[in-house]
Amino acid sequence: MMQEIDKLEYLEKKAGIKIDKDAHIIAINLRKYFPIKMGFIQSLLAKQAVYVRAVDKVSFYIKRGEIFGLVGESGSGKTTTGRMLIKLIEPTSGRIFFNGLNITHFTPSQMRRLRGKMQIIFQDPYESLNPRMSVYDILAEPLEILELTKSAEETTERIIHVLEDMDLVPPEEFLIRFPHELSGGQRQRVAIARAFIVNPEFIVADEPVSMLDASIRTEVIELMLEMVKKANSTFLFITHDIALARYLCSRLAVMYLGKIVETAPTEELIKSPAHPYTEALIQAVPVPDPDARRVKVVIKGEIPSPINPPPGCRFHPRCPYAKEKCKKEEPPLVEIGKDRYVACFYPLK
Amino acid sequence: MSEDLLRVEDLTTYFETLRGYVKAAEDVSFTLKGGHALGLAGESGCGKTTTALSILRLLPPNGKIMKGKVIFEGKDILKLRDEDFRKKVRWKKISMIFQGAMNALHPTMTVGDQIAEAIMLHEQVEKEEALERAAKLLDLVGVGAERVDRYPHELSGGMKQRAVIAMSLACNPKLVIADEPTTALDVIVQAQVMRVIKELQKKLNLSMIIISHDLSLIAETTSEVAIMYAGKIVEMSTTRNVFKEPLHPYTEKLISAFPSVIGEKKELSTIHGFPPDLINPPPGCRFHPRCPYAMEKCRKEIPPLFEAERGHYVACHLVGGKQ
Repeated sequence: MMQEIDKLEYLEKKAGIKIDKDAHIIAINLRKYFPIKMGFIQSLLAKQAVYVRAVDKVSFYIKRGEIFGLVGESGSGKTTTGRMLIKLIEPTSGRIFFNGLNITHFTPSQMRRLRGKMQIIFQDPYESLNPRMSVYDILAEPLEILELTKSAEETTERIIHVLEDMDLVPPEEFLIRFPHELSGGQRQRVAIARAFIVNPEFIVADEPVSMLDASIRTEVIELMLEMVKKANSTFLFITHDIALARYLCSRLAVMYLGKIVETAPTEELIKSPAHPYTEALIQAVPVPDPDARRVKVVIKGEIPSPINPPPGCRFHPRCPYAKEKCKKEEPPLVEIGKDRYVACFYPLK
Repeated sequence: MSEDLLRVEDLTTYFETLRGYVKAAEDVSFTLKGGHALGLAGESGCGKTTTALSILRLLPPNGKIMKGKVIFEGKDILKLRDEDFRKKVRWKKISMIFQGAMNALHPTMTVGDQIAEAIMLHEQVEKEEALERAAKLLDLVGVGAERVDRYPHELSGGMKQRAVIAMSLACNPKLVIADEPTTALDVIVQAQVMRVIKELQKKLNLSMIIISHDLSLIAETTSEVAIMYAGKIVEMSTTRNVFKEPLHPYTEKLISAFPSVIGEKKELSTIHGFPPDLINPPPGCRFHPRCPYAMEKCRKEIPPLFEAERGHYVACHLVGGKQ
């Protein structure tokens, strides 16, 4: 199994995409079905088990040191995908490679040895920090659990260092504070510091700045990017905000109802989207310019339930260009340019 | 048509806390012409919701209007007795779409009943007629009259938000205040709901105050805008003026902190530091600790809001005029 990565060609064939030789993270046909809890009577009446198909056969790779964006609306499966990559959620099927290592079936104790290399930043700093731990304790915990420092002095030193990196200065003042004594922006900086303190190779950032106001958001992003550059980490940015993703990511994958509908280098995707959903998403985003009179075809309806996704192309009931074929067959992800894939029978490009 | 429908003058609202008064909104003044949409924009804690709640006299018990006037159709509605205000103004003349209201719908009442309830509270009508009007309103906002007997859990987020909009229109108000009307919605649904709001505004010749932290949204939906920072209006003009030629350093920085999907990629600007604590706001200009152009004067004197160019108001010592 360990050598599976050598069979890149084999994996490429399985996933139907080309994979860069320098790939750090590879996901092949990832699926996550959450079973729906039913009552006894209900389960007798149901013909088969019912699942929420949160993620349904998703394949992509992230290059070493790359900032990759996963964009989609709520319910598109972007968070589940991100969490599966670091095995916070067990995939139902599919394969995950980290540094060429197949970690799909790693046990929690095997994963533990890798934990120092992969970290996650959560969306809500009001929920992700333990209110009864001081900033010092919050930042010391990963170092102690992963046994990365040898002495208390070394731990303190690293904590002070990372606080300075996140511009929480003077660091001594922040060490003894508790989360409730910090503003939202400061809390999120602590959450980011906690992820970076172990010098991770790979970071999943799940909407890391969506709770922050615009005036403090940019600064947090810049500090975060500096840390990424310094540690040469691979970075997965999960967001609903395609405009923000444009500023951070070199490549984007757009998800809809558990599937990747399009993936491409960022500017290509923004300027000439190939999938009708990507186009709709870009046109729906408001822009900070009152003169921008854009042709706005606001598509109808809302994202359907992932329990019974529509047959054929999952976007067809809302797609302005849907044809007969879209209702019956599911479009595969096909290559339409360098690093560009789209899952549509009639791409716009 | 373009008479002043609403004129707010020096509205000042404080909240009493154990640590002292939170100066949430200070000397807020603006006017709104009939049929226009005014944007009230700024970050969390800048006083935009406080201003709205003061106008509707819905402040929590610890909130106090310290001074100021709210002149609606020529009358100062802050002087009305509570009873009169409730009967004659709130919801009948001025209504509000509250932030997160779609999640505050009564779960065991149908949306039709909830809208009908609002109508019956304010007008002497039979239930049947109220329900009929509720159905018409639901049609108007694109939920569809047939959904009048649905429960909130049967509707999607976008539909619920539309139902809340229908509720705000229950008594044919002249002015609707929409507080972050689309914040909890996904972009595509947000675009759908904003389209409904814009169409209604035109169709019913509604006046609106749209409150949002999202400058992109404000840019696309309003004709005039007031930018607030730390409880004060720092700049106010037509939306075009404010976005194209911002005069206040805060406005300028804030606008360019918003990413865009069109045009070439530009650097996003940063504003160092954090908004101030409004119990002890900084002396002088409240933005001076974060302002890259702050001068000695900014630390001492509070800059007044003045007309720097025709119809373009700004509160900044940097911008000439009075000096």
